[in-house]
Amino acid sequence: MPNLSTALKMDPWRLQSGEELNRLRAQIIAGRDPQRPEIIICHGTGCLANGSDKVAKAFRAALEGKGIQAKVMPGIKTTGCHGFCSRGPLVIIRPQGLFYQRVKPKDVEEIVDHTLVHGKAVERLLYKDPSSGDLIFNEGEIPFYKLQQRIVLHNIGKIDPTDITDTIAAGGYQALAKALTTMTPEQVVAEMEKSGLRGRGGAGFPTGRKWRSALQAIKKKGRPVYVVVNGDEGDPGAFMDRTIMEGDPHAVLEGLIIGAYALGAAQGYLYVRAEYPLAIRHLEIAMHQAREYGLLGENILNSGFSFDARINRGAGAFVCGESTALFTSIEGKPGNPRPKYVRSVEEGLWGRPTVLNNVETWANVPLIIERGADWYAGLGVPHSTGTKVFSLVGKVNNVGLVEVPMGVSMAHIVEQIGGGVPDGKPFKAVQTGGPSGGCIPYSLKDTPVDFDSLTAAGSMMGSGAMIVMDHTDCVVDVGRYFLRFLEEESCGKCLPCRLGLTRLREILDNFSQGVGSEKDIEDLTSLSQAIQDGALCALGSSAPNPVLTTIRYFREEYLAHVQEHKCPAGVCKDLITYGIDPERCTGCMNCARQCPAQCITGKKKTAHVIDTHKCLRCGICKETCKFDAVFIS
Amino acid sequence: MITFKIDGQQVKARPGWTVLETAREHGIEIPTLCFHPAVSASGACRLCMVELREGTWSKLVASCIYPVAEGLQVHTDTERVRNVRRWVLEMLLAACPASPEIAALAAKYDVVRTRFTSHDPDQTCMVCGLCARVCDEVVGLSAIAIVDRGVHKRVGAPFAKPTDICVACGSCVTVCPTGAMQAIFDSVRGEPTTALTQLAAQ
Ligand SMILES: Cc1cc2nc3c(=O)[nH]c(=O)nc-3n(C[C@H](O)[C@H](O)[C@H](O)COP(=O)(O)O)c2cc1C
Ligand code: SF4
Ligand code: SF4
Ligand code: FES
Ligand code: FES
Repeated sequence: MPNLSTALKMDPWRLQSGEELNRLRAQIIAGRDPQRPEIIICHGTGCLANGSDKVAKAFRAALEGKGIQAKVMPGIKTTGCHGFCSRGPLVIIRPQGLFYQRVKPKDVEEIVDHTLVHGKAVERLLYKDPSSGDLIFNEGEIPFYKLQQRIVLHNIGKIDPTDITDTIAAGGYQALAKALTTMTPEQVVAEMEKSGLRGRGGAGFPTGRKWRSALQAIKKKGRPVYVVVNGDEGDPGAFMDRTIMEGDPHAVLEGLIIGAYALGAAQGYLYVRAEYPLAIRHLEIAMHQAREYGLLGENILNSGFSFDARINRGAGAFVCGESTALFTSIEGKPGNPRPKYVRSVEEGLWGRPTVLNNVETWANVPLIIERGADWYAGLGVPHSTGTKVFSLVGKVNNVGLVEVPMGVSMAHIVEQIGGGVPDGKPFKAVQTGGPSGGCIPYSLKDTPVDFDSLTAAGSMMGSGAMIVMDHTDCVVDVGRYFLRFLEEESCGKCLPCRLGLTRLREILDNFSQGVGSEKDIEDLTSLSQAIQDGALCALGSSAPNPVLTTIRYFREEYLAHVQEHKCPAGVCKDLITYGIDPERCTGCMNCARQCPAQCITGKKKTAHVIDTHKCLRCGICKETCKFDAVFIS
Repeated sequence: MITFKIDGQQVKARPGWTVLETAREHGIEIPTLCFHPAVSASGACRLCMVELREGTWSKLVASCIYPVAEGLQVHTDTERVRNVRRWVLEMLLAACPASPEIAALAAKYDVVRTRFTSHDPDQTCMVCGLCARVCDEVVGLSAIAIVDRGVHKRVGAPFAKPTDICVACGSCVTVCPTGAMQAIFDSVRGEPTTALTQLAAQ
């Protein structure tokens, strides 16, 4: 792996002070030619899935093979996710900042010839503003980015996460040096308290207050104390933490080291989902390089403070993200929540005082320490300071990762940044907070997205997944989907969760078949309340949220299923019939050929009909028809 | 001594006691299923939920594991507590339809019917894990275990093989609150003879 020390044929640097860090940073920057062209190729999971590694290979081949006619040889850099995954693979050409989208290996030669040799843009690969139709050349001018405030994500997409010198050049470890050389541990904790930062992993507990309670627990019980990163991210549709760990692993690490310094911890753990191999690899590389540079391990920056950390692979269960289950999992036991009524800051990992924070929470720490709590508290709104990263998925044009100040409206995120629903209609609802969160309807689109407003609306911030739904999503079906997910993920220990989630889902199953009554809605509500009150851990106690919020905002739709035997969204199979509009049908016979039940009949060039008794309601005909003649009623 | 209130009544407890222990000491009734004084509490069935109140703040906790504290205001029969009990019992009636013990307990709290259909009419076990805990903690053998995960959890032999380490002491049958262990005892425990002779020889 390339880094400055090997390039300069020196022994690995062991930085001895903050000044040395600054000197190294200046040296790295001075060694760079700001005019040198650089090809940035996104290697986030989304772009990789769309073949960005092949694009990178094509660039390497084109540059090496042909020997291009430019004055300076361009560099190639692969980075973490830029957030605009729906447009990937992304390629950015610096220094101009030209933004190319959906780049295929076959486009590479044209980019090299036009842009790198002749300095012109390849227009067909540029982003076109959907509203004005104008071509946009520069990344920063694209509304998707322009409307965001990327602070936690500021480095991602710019740095090579596998090269620590790139991080150092971008200002990495400045906050650590500041904390170690100019602040006492007490001052660090006080700064965190003042920043107002609240945990990004779900519950939104004030981070500074958590650290303060840990200090109090240490006073009672002594050390060791542990610091732990929760990188178990398991919500469907969530990929904020993965992106941060993959794209800027040093930010998480730096935050953790600062936390360790504040609490006097000698050992830390990063609990990362086993399904995130790239995140694990990048963190491993980051830790290895940080040790080489004297930023992790013994006597960090010659300050006398020593701390090291290790990675634990998650056991693969959603519930392992719950704090006590996570601790038992690190301890080598099955990851089940602990029933005890004690706080983890007092009795966490191995019964010791422990501070567990989410990946994004840790990544905020260096920003707060470097720029100050006052700056940070000025972002967002009073009780939800700073920014929040959201993954925007579902029925939305710009699927991707966005970062905005706390308190902007739901509409701003979904419509302005997300570009709204693909067919241009208003969105129906947004599920925030993952499977344990709730559905916010379109009528509340001006709700400020902050911890307290979302809770007041019956949902929650959760980890930051936002699933956008449109008129073709049925709330009963959505409820069944999330309950099935949690049913599978329940650890099975306590009865309200193990039995209750299945029973809730069964009542919803009945609704989807048109069986039920208004009384069942009351039962859903009071059984939900019993599960909320009775479950042992937050997996169970928050599981009824999607059901409760959809009943609250879409009661009519529930009733339509059982009173009119209709699924207004056209989703619940038992309540819909497929038909063919004779006005639109051209008699092309396409659907008849595709129908697995062979229940579509008709002659060539005459309108076709569906035998609804034999119809399987698979929807293949609707997908096949080029004339939009198949309808659901 | 720690003093606090249960249903308005002043009670005294030793440090380290749970709310349930204190209630029982004072003759206050709280239903339980997965609790047995001989083994560690697991807080699994949630029948013993009680409500803590302080001004407008309130919260439900499992009394079998909640440690006593000075000045607690515990309520054992509030609307929310009754709602949890009612649904847990209704679900248990459907989960263990063949257990007269469950039916009797439910009836005691006025739950005589369930809206749910049973998946297995012969089932009696509700997977509270008492049997496995008594075998592990009291007998010291771990001849039975809770196997599988989540909604598929059930009582079985560790590693799905009937064990030959069971000494047929019957402790599990004694603690089982639903009568389930009586029926599955033989299928779970396997051949006891070898272990018995070994144990006798020691
Ligand atoms: C079922 C369940 C799953 C959870 N999964 C995660 C997770 O994947 N990542 C996370 O950071 N927090 C998760 N949490 C929240 C953690 O328990 C804990 O509150 C959080 O890690 C604390 O960090 P924070 O204060 O920085 O948010 C989960 C909670 C529950 C109940
Ligand atoms: S609420 Fe669910 S996941 Fe949590 S302890 Fe109970 S059964 Fe396990
Ligand atoms: S057999 Fe009895 S004691 Fe064992 S888990 Fe089942 S109900 Fe509980
Ligand atoms: S992976 Fe490339 S933009 Fe997200
Ligand atoms: S008796 Fe307390 S949870 Fe079962």
